[in-house]
Amino acid sequence: MGIYFSAMARAATTADAFNAVAEPRRRQILDALAGGERPVNALVRELGLGQPQVSKHLRVLREVGVVDVRDHGRQRLYRLNGQALKPIHDWIKPYERSWSERFDELDAVLEDLKQKEEGDHDRDL
Amino acid sequence: MTVTSSQSAKVTLPADDQILITREFDAPKHLIYKAWTTPELVRRWWSGKRGHVTLAEIDLRVGGTWRYVMVANQGFEVGFHGEYRELVPDERIVSTEVFEGFPDAASLNTLTLTENDGRTTLEILVQHESKEHRDGHINSGMEGGMQESMDLLEEVARSLR
Repeated sequence: MGIYFSAMARAATTADAFNAVAEPRRRQILDALAGGERPVNALVRELGLGQPQVSKHLRVLREVGVVDVRDHGRQRLYRLNGQALKPIHDWIKPYERSWSERFDELDAVLEDLKQKEEGDHDRDL
Repeated sequence: MTVTSSQSAKVTLPADDQILITREFDAPKHLIYKAWTTPELVRRWWSGKRGHVTLAEIDLRVGGTWRYVMVANQGFEVGFHGEYRELVPDERIVSTEVFEGFPDAASLNTLTLTENDGRTTLEILVQHESKEHRDGHINSGMEGGMQESMDLLEEVARSLR
């Protein structure tokens, strides 16, 4: 039973990219890695967290594929894998599209207001 | 007529319970403020291409309320309303927003207009009370598509009769 539950809890945090980025610290790690590949100790410095904590978060991020790792001499370098964040992007897209459409209509309204203002200005001269 | 650069809105999620919408406009900020706060103008853009606005009420003062209703192309009606909390003409509007389909999930929206060389960057920070409400808000963007599928399903069902 205990094992079953811990497996469930683990599945809940590592199941997909959404859960992986739900943790603010993990988002900070992704932001840092967006600036380029880094070893753990660089992340520890940038985030001001303990190394065990950073390693724990990196493990979760790696399990869902959002972060990749490679060996480089005696260091292990971590980097962002943007492709794994695609489900989140796809989720936001329809929302983004509806705002884009709305703003396109607003562009037309603004164009009218600009022309009207220029017309008023010409009359004032 | 000059062609305005049609570009996408950028949506990011700065925190668990926030949404940030950003877009640049080829217009000075006072005109965006005007288009945002004048009912006749809101009617022209607020529904995008998804339907038409049937009601736009704006009582532009702190404590005043607003309400917009649109009928989507698929025929269903969606309403939003809220209250103005802070108004800085041409620069900033803080207001609450309630999607009438989910009346318990109010957000606090901060609109900021920043002008530079006649172009204006518009930002809307949507602050929800929880991640669940924030996620629900984003999913509501799917509503149009979902409604379309339901309509299709209905057609199919009818043809089978």
